[in-house]
Amino acid sequence: MRLEPIANPTLPRRLGLPALAIGSTVVIASLLAMMAGANPFSVLGLILQGAFGSKFAILETLNRATPLIFTGLAAAVAFRAKFWNIGAEAQLYSGALITVVLGTGLLAWPSPLLLPVLALAAVLAGAVLLLIPALLKTRFGVDEVVTTLLFNFIFLLFISMLLEGPLKDPMGMGWPKSARVLPEARLPRIVEGLRLHWGFGLAILSAIAVWVLQTRSTLGYEMRAVGNNAEAARFAGIPVNTVLVKTALLSGGLAALAGFSEVAGLKGSLTLDLSPGFGYTGIIVAMLALLNPIGVIFAALFVAGIFVGADSMSRAANVPTYLADIMLATALLFMVLAIMLTRFRVVRD
Amino acid sequence: MARDGVLRLNDITKRFGKLIANDAVSLTLHRGEVVALLGENGAGKTTLMNILFGQYTADQGAVEVFGQTLPPGNPRAALDAGVGMVHQHFTLAGNMTVQENITLGVQPLFSLRSGTQTARKRIVELSERFQLKVNPDARVGSLTVGERQRVEILKALYRDVKILILDEPTAVLTPQETEDLFATLRQAIANGLSIIFISHKLHEVMAISDRVVVLRHGKLVGEVNTKDTDPKAMSAMMMGTSATPPDIVPAQPGGVLLQLDRVSTADIGNAPGLKSISLALKAGQITGLAGVSGNGQAALADLVGGMQAPDAGTLTVNGDTPTSWTPREAVAKGIARIPEDRHKTGTIADFDLTENAILERYNSSDFSASGWLNWRSARDYANGIIEKYDVRCPGADTRIRLLSGGNMQKLILGRVLEAGPQIILANQPVRGLDIGAVNYVHSQLLAARDAGAAVLLISEDLDEIITLSDVIHVISEGRLSPGFTRGEMTPPELGIWMAGHGFEEAAVAS
Repeated sequence: MRLEPIANPTLPRRLGLPALAIGSTVVIASLLAMMAGANPFSVLGLILQGAFGSKFAILETLNRATPLIFTGLAAAVAFRAKFWNIGAEAQLYSGALITVVLGTGLLAWPSPLLLPVLALAAVLAGAVLLLIPALLKTRFGVDEVVTTLLFNFIFLLFISMLLEGPLKDPMGMGWPKSARVLPEARLPRIVEGLRLHWGFGLAILSAIAVWVLQTRSTLGYEMRAVGNNAEAARFAGIPVNTVLVKTALLSGGLAALAGFSEVAGLKGSLTLDLSPGFGYTGIIVAMLALLNPIGVIFAALFVAGIFVGADSMSRAANVPTYLADIMLATALLFMVLAIMLTRFRVVRD
Repeated sequence: MARDGVLRLNDITKRFGKLIANDAVSLTLHRGEVVALLGENGAGKTTLMNILFGQYTADQGAVEVFGQTLPPGNPRAALDAGVGMVHQHFTLAGNMTVQENITLGVQPLFSLRSGTQTARKRIVELSERFQLKVNPDARVGSLTVGERQRVEILKALYRDVKILILDEPTAVLTPQETEDLFATLRQAIANGLSIIFISHKLHEVMAISDRVVVLRHGKLVGEVNTKDTDPKAMSAMMMGTSATPPDIVPAQPGGVLLQLDRVSTADIGNAPGLKSISLALKAGQITGLAGVSGNGQAALADLVGGMQAPDAGTLTVNGDTPTSWTPREAVAKGIARIPEDRHKTGTIADFDLTENAILERYNSSDFSASGWLNWRSARDYANGIIEKYDVRCPGADTRIRLLSGGNMQKLILGRVLEAGPQIILANQPVRGLDIGAVNYVHSQLLAARDAGAAVLLISEDLDEIITLSDVIHVISEGRLSPGFTRGEMTPPELGIWMAGHGFEEAAVAS
């Protein structure tokens, strides 16, 4: 068996294979549900219902999708330029940290002033955090996969230290938890009475902004050129290292917005379980979206839907929530396979 | 029937979608024979060879080697039957050494002795016998294009092939080396090898082949004994009409546009940098750079193209010495740069024609304002190039990887010539192109020269240099010979310089 490149894949091939990947994921999930002793159709139905079946469910899914859109965009932007930022988790926490540091009373400003400043500060924090691996890569050729990945552990331990020390909430009854941010530092709800905050709106706007940047701006053109063929980009006069650093700044900033949005929109304070791996799941989101910023929105909704749906399904059908993790993993594997099969044809000898 | 033919292709047909790359092509190769396979790019030569070698599976027809039908689509079968191919686009692992590349896939998998010493002895012996000079311990990634091809040829010879397919093998050799190669090929033939030789250089085909097979648009259009034909007739068969090379009128040299004064640059891996060279590029003149691949051509191209600033000495462009020397600076100074490798450095494969057309000038005011691209003007610009330079493509939104080499090169030509450059760096501008495209590129360079541009032509094809250049310099080990005017030197005389002789004497004399 060999692979033969396909010069120009047809539209059915480009859209049908990803659809098939999702379909196969559903089939595998059904088999696992059967092994767990449940009726696969009712399990799938329960997941769907849990994710999108009621107003409450939809809002929950949208809330869960919000940080994933940010981290998904962070990965999509960086990967497009072949800058492998695996450190969105750390950048997310840096955004959350700065939001808590500035938002718990240090800046006592009215909301319309405070929120943009906090968001901007978060972007800067994430950007600065990723600047270090970016400079190590461009100056000394240090592999950014290693540095960004290790930064996750370092930064999480750093947060842990802060939460046990200077940032520990005196009213927190000994829990490693920061004080709550001021009411002025809370993102308002999009519709009063519904549990969906403006972090979601900011995420959608960010996705559109990234899309416009990638397709219309010279910087986006440079990023795509560097990612596609760095040698040709350098020959054409594109300052490859500068572009990589700018990409890193943007990517880190986007990931940090997830932290800002979670603290200011949802949780109100910083804890060590603020993110159940949103930074890593963002990579899956970006891959499912084929690195397309608009696609990231839908991929994030898909992933968030599986998580939220699996939670409620688990309560109703007594099937472990781990089914969600398995579905995500199989979706990713099948999608990677689908991406390859859109570009190559398997030839049997 | 199968007794005299060591290799038979029977009625090979291969379709790619609507395109018929090979249309019922039949070919027989006899023992001890050299068959030249001629045809324009896209005529189906490479497809046919890939089918023979098992890279592609034919839709119809069969390949027979020594009377045995090969299972289709299995490169292993072809290799085991004694068919070896030296591809035009090399298939080497850049991060491994020459020796590792050569022995890759033929080492015993389970053996106490690695056989490294035996392999090494054999490689050294082969490389001496076939005069293919390479260092077995050099990393392939650091080798030049020419040296890599030698490794490719050695790789095939190491596998004890009975049938050798050579896809444009002489593109990177000096005339002497080509003669040496031909001598060894003749030796190989005498020992019973059979060779299929793909080349665009008609006089080489005349010199080495016994029979010529011509493909056009996937069909076999002619098969003649070499002694019964001549280059003009072969060219006519290939093109369908007879192609005429551009007429060359004498140059009208003007002032010096680019001057190098005792410039040195650092070595790049195993390839030498420049060793205190001085060179003046004059308006309205083509300056040719002859030399064996890997002797500093890349360093000079990088210098003129803005990829590398001089480490010592001065570079003067249009009378002033730039303080920073980058690709962007070079483009701003009016230097048109046609890179050596149009796939790897000249274009971005997954970008469309529009995006590739503006690659060097996307941030100029023609195509962008305050950081935002103007796609409408970019598309108009690309469409202008497509029309004016006859780039055959479905449209400006086609990804450039789908274009043939010739059409890709036309887009690059258009991209650099539309800016009205004063200085043109043409590095291997016709490498791998068919005769029609070669003539087109050459006539464009001559037209630019006549319009007053200073052209630096770097080529490993000495014929091309001699035909086009008004002044020829030879580069060897990073040193530059004095300039020789048109007709001053014969190819063998230039070959002596190319082999590295005469530089000390010239240095003393100056």
